[in-house]
Amino acid sequence: MKEFFYDFGSAFLFILHTFREAFSFKFEFREFFKQSYQIGIKSFALISITGLIMGLVLTIQSRPVLMQFGAETMLPAMVATSLIREMGPVITALICAGKIGSGMGAELGSMKVTEQIDAMEISSINPMRYLIVTRVFAAILMIPILVLYADALGIFGCWLGINMKGDINFVLFFSQAFGSLEFMDFLPAVVKTFFFGAVIGFVGCYKGFHAGRGTESVGIAANSAVVLASLLVIVVDVIAVQITDMLL
Amino acid sequence: MTEKKHTEQKPVIEISDLKISFGKTAVLKGLTLNLYDGENLVVLGKSGSGKSVLIKCIVQLLEADSGSIKVLGQEMNGIKKENLEQLRMKIGFLFQSGALYDSMTVQENLEFPLKRIRKELNRNQIEDKVKEVLTAVGLPDTASKMPSELSGGMKKRIGLARTIIIDPLIMLYDEPTTGLDPITSDEISQLMNSIKKTYKTSSIIITHDIECVKAVADRIIMIDEGVLYKEGTLKEFEASKDPFIKSYFK
Repeated sequence: MKEFFYDFGSAFLFILHTFREAFSFKFEFREFFKQSYQIGIKSFALISITGLIMGLVLTIQSRPVLMQFGAETMLPAMVATSLIREMGPVITALICAGKIGSGMGAELGSMKVTEQIDAMEISSINPMRYLIVTRVFAAILMIPILVLYADALGIFGCWLGINMKGDINFVLFFSQAFGSLEFMDFLPAVVKTFFFGAVIGFVGCYKGFHAGRGTESVGIAANSAVVLASLLVIVVDVIAVQITDMLL
Repeated sequence: MTEKKHTEQKPVIEISDLKISFGKTAVLKGLTLNLYDGENLVVLGKSGSGKSVLIKCIVQLLEADSGSIKVLGQEMNGIKKENLEQLRMKIGFLFQSGALYDSMTVQENLEFPLKRIRKELNRNQIEDKVKEVLTAVGLPDTASKMPSELSGGMKKRIGLARTIIIDPLIMLYDEPTTGLDPITSDEISQLMNSIKKTYKTSSIIITHDIECVKAVADRIIMIDEGVLYKEGTLKEFEASKDPFIKSYFK
């Protein structure tokens, strides 16, 4: 229990420290763009496949149920709504927690074990500013973009799924899919993805930055970053859904 | 160096009654020592005797429980962040592994601290400085290589180049020859002497390698059980009849 509170306090101070460094007017833009490229562009292939399959599978699984009620025409609207409100953000964030969270945990953990972070500190380079702030803010920026991209591909996957057993043109499909969507379906879903990005960035960096000294610690840091980030994505989602429900 | 000479010299590092413990394990139990201007001070001691902890306390990577550390006349305990950054710019630290940044080329590794510490330098001056230090460590053609392409000895040399590029006044070496073959170890030892001569540095060298001690030491201190066990010159250590010291110099 004592260890839990120690960890909690340490993580809280880590977040405060990150924000303090972020607004210190010495932002490392070059490293930020490099990390945004690493997190965003290098995840596009994985997110493309995930997004497409998400829409396709959801369509194939939902079609028989809707057919029983004679509501097959509702398929584009139903898939688009579930993708944009819930499936797209959560599944993309979970995939990113695995890929990006573990990457950050392992990279920073390895830097810690090989004394690269100490070397940076001794060279009067602030590792919080250079390593942590850039990664956390890159995650906050890129996760929402990846989610929107996954949503778009998911909807395209839905169109493919419908056309596997039927025939619907692209324009009609999109008018059906987006006709049922309102701005308030879209806004809370996008807002929560910024928090997903923050969770993945903070957890990955915190676990890596606080890794132990042995090589075993690198594996532990990467593993615990994935587990904790995935768990917190779900927790943030529950909170976001509750808040949205209360507001609407 | 003799005691008489030391009384005339100003210490660049003054450590007195330094104590640090990790949990219930006391590592340093009241260590007192000075590093004088222009000397190579070798610190000997068993593994776990607190040698690396000592130099990490000097640069404030670790915070001592009590005692005083003065670097270039400035007290390190409770030092302000801005002052610490300024002071660290005058200290070079060679890590045991070299601690090169994996994701950067050798050129970028060397430019990285220089661009941030010597902001007045332009692009050409930075490139000239990189070439100068790479030549100084005997690796002028490695600028475009990644650390993973370098051998252990080359990594140490590049690590050295990265520390001297900021023109430090004090060098701290953490086991600079550990894990290297005797020929490369000797090359690194000669390089340390050359750095002392060229850059007029004062150095603390943590090592177990007696050949390295013989090559670089102006003065030696031995730590045991967290306190100073013996201090003297290489000759005094070699002539000692103390079994503990003899076990190092046999």
